[in-house]
Amino acid sequence: MNHSISLTVNGARRDFVLDDPRVTLLDLLRERLHLTGTKKGCDRGQCGACTVLVDGKRINSCLALAISHDGADILTIEGLARGDQLHPVQAAFIAHDGFQCGFCTPGQIMSAIGMMQEAQAGNDPERIRECMSGNLCRCGAYAGIVDAVLEAQGQMDETNQRRSA
Amino acid sequence: MPELNLTSAPAHLRHGSNIGQPLTRRDGVLKVTGQATYAADNHPPGMLFAVIAVAGIAHGRVTSLDVAAAKRHPGVVDVMTPDHKPQLAIDPEIKTNPFVFRMEVLQSNEVRYANQPIAVVIAETLEAATEGAVLLAPRYETLPALVGLDAGESFVPPVVGVGNPTENHRGDIEAGLASAQKQIDATYETPPQYHNAMEPHAIVAHWDGDNLQIDMPTQGLALSLARVAELFGIAHDKIHIRSPFLGGGFGSKGLMAGPPVLGVMAAKLVGKPVKLVLRREQMYGPVGHRAPTRQRLRLGADGEGRLTALDHHARTVSSTFDDFYEPAADVSHTLYAAPAIRTSHDAVRVNTGTPLFMRAPGEATGSIALESAIDEMAWACGMDPLAFRLKNYAEVEPVSGKPFSSKALRACYDQGAARFGWAKRPLQPRQMRDDAGLLVGWGMGTATFPALMFQAEARAAIRRDGSGVMEIGAHDMGQGAWTALAQIAADAVGLDIDRVAFKAGTSDLPDAGIAGGSAHTATAGAAIHSAGAAVIAKLADLATGDERSPLFGAGNTGVIAREGRLIRRDDESRGESYSEILARAGIAEVEARGTGAPNPATMEEYAMHAHGAVFAEVKVDPELGQVRVSRMVGAFAAGRIVNPRMVQSQLFGGMIWGLSFALHEEAVTDKRSGRIMNANLGEYHVPVNADVPPLDVITVEEHDPHVNALGIKGVGEIGITGSAGAVANAVWHATGVRVRKFPIRIEALLTQR
Amino acid sequence: MKQFDYVRPASVAEAVAAAAQPGAVYLAAGTNLLDLMKGDVTRPDRLVDITHLDGLDGIEHLADGSVRIGALVSNADLAHDADFARSFPAVAEALLSGASAQLRNAATVGGNLLQRTRCAYFYDTASRCNKREAGSGCDARGGENRTHAVLGWSESCIATHPSDFCVPLVALDAVVEIEGRGGRREIALEELHRLPGDAPQRESALEPGDLIVAVRLPKAAREFASHARYLKVRERTSYAFAMVSAAAALRIENGKIAEARLALGGVAAKPWRARAAEDVLKGVAPTADAFQEAAWRALTDAKPSGDNAFKIELARRIVVRALTLAAAGTPARLPALPASPFASTSGAIHA
Repeated sequence: MNHSISLTVNGARRDFVLDDPRVTLLDLLRERLHLTGTKKGCDRGQCGACTVLVDGKRINSCLALAISHDGADILTIEGLARGDQLHPVQAAFIAHDGFQCGFCTPGQIMSAIGMMQEAQAGNDPERIRECMSGNLCRCGAYAGIVDAVLEAQGQMDETNQRRSA
Repeated sequence: MPELNLTSAPAHLRHGSNIGQPLTRRDGVLKVTGQATYAADNHPPGMLFAVIAVAGIAHGRVTSLDVAAAKRHPGVVDVMTPDHKPQLAIDPEIKTNPFVFRMEVLQSNEVRYANQPIAVVIAETLEAATEGAVLLAPRYETLPALVGLDAGESFVPPVVGVGNPTENHRGDIEAGLASAQKQIDATYETPPQYHNAMEPHAIVAHWDGDNLQIDMPTQGLALSLARVAELFGIAHDKIHIRSPFLGGGFGSKGLMAGPPVLGVMAAKLVGKPVKLVLRREQMYGPVGHRAPTRQRLRLGADGEGRLTALDHHARTVSSTFDDFYEPAADVSHTLYAAPAIRTSHDAVRVNTGTPLFMRAPGEATGSIALESAIDEMAWACGMDPLAFRLKNYAEVEPVSGKPFSSKALRACYDQGAARFGWAKRPLQPRQMRDDAGLLVGWGMGTATFPALMFQAEARAAIRRDGSGVMEIGAHDMGQGAWTALAQIAADAVGLDIDRVAFKAGTSDLPDAGIAGGSAHTATAGAAIHSAGAAVIAKLADLATGDERSPLFGAGNTGVIAREGRLIRRDDESRGESYSEILARAGIAEVEARGTGAPNPATMEEYAMHAHGAVFAEVKVDPELGQVRVSRMVGAFAAGRIVNPRMVQSQLFGGMIWGLSFALHEEAVTDKRSGRIMNANLGEYHVPVNADVPPLDVITVEEHDPHVNALGIKGVGEIGITGSAGAVANAVWHATGVRVRKFPIRIEALLTQR
Repeated sequence: MKQFDYVRPASVAEAVAAAAQPGAVYLAAGTNLLDLMKGDVTRPDRLVDITHLDGLDGIEHLADGSVRIGALVSNADLAHDADFARSFPAVAEALLSGASAQLRNAATVGGNLLQRTRCAYFYDTASRCNKREAGSGCDARGGENRTHAVLGWSESCIATHPSDFCVPLVALDAVVEIEGRGGRREIALEELHRLPGDAPQRESALEPGDLIVAVRLPKAAREFASHARYLKVRERTSYAFAMVSAAAALRIENGKIAEARLALGGVAAKPWRARAAEDVLKGVAPTADAFQEAAWRALTDAKPSGDNAFKIELARRIVVRALTLAAAGTPARLPALPASPFASTSGAIHA
């Protein structure tokens, strides 16, 4: 049975017919929309590589049925940079070597952005570690990830202060 | 694959040499924007999805598969089984060289371990292929499974690791033990561990007539290509493998395993491109793992804390059908100056996928046992663990008597201990608490890993526009080949890094050797260095032999290459640019090849190892037994550091693997079924961010003129060694409980209040 | 994953009707259901997607002083609701100690209650499991079972319930509102989950079609707010299920415990309310001896189901610690590591 669904992906509305309700949001992005920046590490919600923002919140796209998210607003790693201008979190990951193999990186970055929007961790390294614990990194780039988040958080705090001043 | 858009932005100041500069990763922008293409990201037109069905038993044979049910599922195109598959050119059971391991590619109905591939379903969608594999509903004739370190009669394997002797000895162990004032006789166990790279093994295979295009993560392009060529009976030049990025390898993507071969077979069967990606649970079987060990260490020491004997025996396992033996005891060859050293191994066969190299194979397992035993002996002697290690410092390699090519371990101990504050450590365990009442313990371990070299080749060219080219089929699995090797390449051809087109990651480039053994930067780097020198020499010949050149008559060795120019060594004001030389000669480009390889004479003369010292602090809840590492300091001497930023990351990663070895990782096998009961990332624990404390790495200055032309020793694996033992020893120091079975579990620490 | 019909009902009544059919299950966030479906542990014929239903995602403060939490409120939204966290700090702490931030953003209150066991033999379709396939046997007995149940288990099943959220909820007398074919009814959370007995496949008191629409915490549950903690021992600092956990809540008046609430997680097929322990604490001073006595009472009936005798001792110690922490008072801000033994690590070390 075919189901018509509509998603906003990285700011663009995408209407399509889903021929199989089993398709997860992750597999929809990767195999049907060819947005392969989002990674499949475990497919079971146990690694975080597939993290995307859905309606502004970070979730594991592997455990989300695409059909159930009809109408949702999806932001993936492909939707962050503005041309050559990297998102501050992306730039900070490079500067602090917050990755090695890079496979978990899109998920780490989307998770970091989601975490900043949740505003629970602030610039406390211990809270950042806890709040980023849903993203495994087998290479062990955690120290760089925390430093990158701290730097990006600081930049964004500054920007916000300037805006409000 | 589109041309990779690598960049060194944000730029960093460089002072002369590219080598030694902490450049950020040139593949960084690709990786943070999601544009880095891993194998499973490819999607050629018409591609189908293949999903493997795996065995639910560990031993026996498949008696039926409901192929019809699978084929009835909408979208299923075909089901590949032992009765329905393309024929291979050779029997996959034949070991054509020592780096070929037996694989299961549907050659029979036999099941020799759980999660072994038994069929492949090919479908138009991933969902259909996945369900098709379930609908096969295999039935089995089940035989008893061999499980664990006591599964059967033990035997002494002919070799351990890659060709290491099973036994080694120097001096008289029994006499050494007999003369000792203090003795330690302790047995340690390490569990099976799985590499669990974040990227599951994946292949996109595409046959175009006799030509075969493969996207696949591999740590060994040339070896993989050769294996595919012999299995499918096709010429090497008909195969093109692309592996620009690996999502981690750690040894599990070094040699061709069964699953990617099944992907190539499936593509052949259906005549269309096929993508085959392992499910996470399927990575616990056909793609290697670290074998479990049981290690007995017997140590003797005299009244002054000098070792009199070090006897290290390791029991391990291999599969029922192939041979790889974790060389766990060999780590005792190099570290401590006992007059009598013996290492030995034995093994049993179990129903498991064949164990394989996993980051620091042998060294990691051996190190946690040896460093624990050394710690136990230091305590028995009433000595500080660092003082004990210094007392037994090896000035020459103990087992061979060879001098070290370089060894800055003493500096590692000094600098690491100073940074950590080791001097304040109370000798007795269970002496320290924090404000919250948690037990605090400090432990240390010595790190060591051999400085290896394999074989590699590189091609260098200088183009008429003055830019350079360096080609080598090198592999970036996260260690940073795209950056570090490009830095070496830039220096090798005397150009700024942005002026060198550095090409890597495909099988049509010169063979870079395997990315393993912590030897890739050294080996590929040596080839690049040599190719660069050769091409500069050719360019110099053109200039110095041409009377129109300001370099005329300077002689081949009379010029140096710097910033795109050749200049006279004796008069740096005289020189000309590469493009001027080539333009006048009317040549589009000059090229040359170079090689990197071990030097047998040096190997004969010297023991060559990297070293380090790791210090760890843990906190343990005194009643609840939960452990958390609160800080770690590692000081490592590993020869020349090509890129300090990435070296630090590699060493951090290794230290985290050490922490994980001590506290987290264990594949739990059901003793009856032989099935791994935690074949996932939820219950097979690797550390999460909150497990990893602030880490501190010191890279100790070390110049080694012997290991290779560039003096590089490698840093990929040494971080695990020492670290695992340091954490384990810190747990003892915190609690007074010596746990000898790893990982250290809560129940082991509940014994005392 | 088996093919299924996807149904998106327009109302609760439509949902109940659609889900009452054999083979039908509700889909909320799917964080547990999809995991189980991907592992072929469960193979439903029909998914009834309730995520688009209106009115199930609110946190309401009712006139009688109770709080009513809609079944579709996400775990994260509930934990981060400032009013809720202030009133029920142990619940917020438990929520934030579970899973990962991503999963908490998706997972719902109703789904959390109904999550299935993490028993490896339940998940492994090549093993026998009475819960997955009634009457097939239990391979966890005699298998790798160091994390299994020590209370309320049977020869048929030694699995545990993995929820953190349910542990303080059951301690605080939470009530579950259910919409079913016979209309709306409510039951105590303590009655929702069943012990295995000889029918471990029947995990809850729900009938076909029953939909949890809300969870309610009574007014009395607020009275513990200043002395309520959740503590969870696990084998990783974060993103791990509880080996054993405990929720402790005290109402302290004039230096004496006027009322105590205590529940354990990770020890049984349901969140385990320890009423006998609560009874011994009533009216006594919050002392170490009293907490020890409570811990012994809480585990009186415990027995190992395999290589897990240590969990009994561990559970006793967790009870003592959780009560001690609760007596010390709820912290002003949730710790950086919720429910962790390392939550209050300050750093300074004393020899």
